[in-house]
Amino acid sequence: MMRRTMLFLPGNAPNMLINGDVLGADSIIFDLEDAVAPDEKDAARILVRNTLKYQKPTACETIIRINPLDTQEWRADLEEVIPCRPDLIMPAKAGCGQDIKVVADYMAQIEEQAGIQVGSTGILPLVETVLGVEKAFEIASAHRRVAGLFLGGEDLTADLHCKRTKEGQEIFYARSRIVCAARACGLDAYDTPFTDVEDMQGLVKDSQLARSLGFSGKAVISPRHVETVNAVFSPAPEEIQYARDVVEAIEEGKRQGKGAVSLRGKMIDAPIVKRAMQILDMERQMMGGDFQ
Amino acid sequence: MEIRKNAAAGTLESSDIFICVEPYDQLSVQIQSVVQEQYMEAIHHTVFQVLEEFGVKSGKIRVNDRGALDCVIRARMETAIRRGGSR
Repeated sequence: MMRRTMLFLPGNAPNMLINGDVLGADSIIFDLEDAVAPDEKDAARILVRNTLKYQKPTACETIIRINPLDTQEWRADLEEVIPCRPDLIMPAKAGCGQDIKVVADYMAQIEEQAGIQVGSTGILPLVETVLGVEKAFEIASAHRRVAGLFLGGEDLTADLHCKRTKEGQEIFYARSRIVCAARACGLDAYDTPFTDVEDMQGLVKDSQLARSLGFSGKAVISPRHVETVNAVFSPAPEEIQYARDVVEAIEEGKRQGKGAVSLRGKMIDAPIVKRAMQILDMERQMMGGDFQ
Repeated sequence: MEIRKNAAAGTLESSDIFICVEPYDQLSVQIQSVVQEQYMEAIHHTVFQVLEEFGVKSGKIRVNDRGALDCVIRARMETAIRRGGSR
């Protein structure tokens, strides 16, 4: 599943929810947590439930960010949205593997009661505490529903007692740790949003840094950021051409019975082939291949 | 469900709808909409359908629509009824 961009939309704003899937993001995140005032939580979850039920986005994946486990809200969030089958649930402030198991068990109860297939909705944990970062592997491997790890930089820096900067030195360790933990479980990792809506150069730089560290995509908080982040996380034409050449060279080598194959003077080994296949898979999805 | 106290839901922002409910001895529904020329019948239908679904037989319901889709009208009606009502 390609998730280059994941666009946050406030869960209590109808004008944004109903237009979410025309904004070009690969995934949209209906936010029931920080973007919703405490006394509007009930309204937001009913609105999000109805949007899923009657106006479900068809052009992109839907993710619901639910409230943290130390609140009274998360169970009610799940009760409303799970029967409408969102693609993923994003538990805020995931701190350990047990948090994921608790959410997954409750999701299963609701799925059973609703008569839908247990396990049909995945979990994308939002790691945004120092404890969560240190337990990233435990979180990623906690349950088969886990579809990746998502880093939240704002809450994390508050927890780290440091200032969030555009350069992001303060979250470098967390970024690397999240990517390693996710990849160790065969999953993707997704980066925290760049929060300055006006600074497009800063957005490009921050997205390029995230991609260079191994993230597969990045959250955005403004529709204006979607196109730029999509571009950074998409393979460049020369990458696609090189991937095609790699695959062709491998096939030609097989036809000729060669054990070792080289391209442009360099040996092609297994990691290069794997990377080429990943790029061609992304290209296929970008060209409108199967969405799921 | 019976409307027992004053309550409201929604906003007056574009694509949203603002609903007020209050206790009353009979059912009174007032609807105004920025698209009433085109959609008054549909809005009216949805509002009464939700009232019926929740068994609301009395109360003063005031609806100020700013071009909300059907699913939004339903959500805001449900929220207002739940906030103001009790079984």
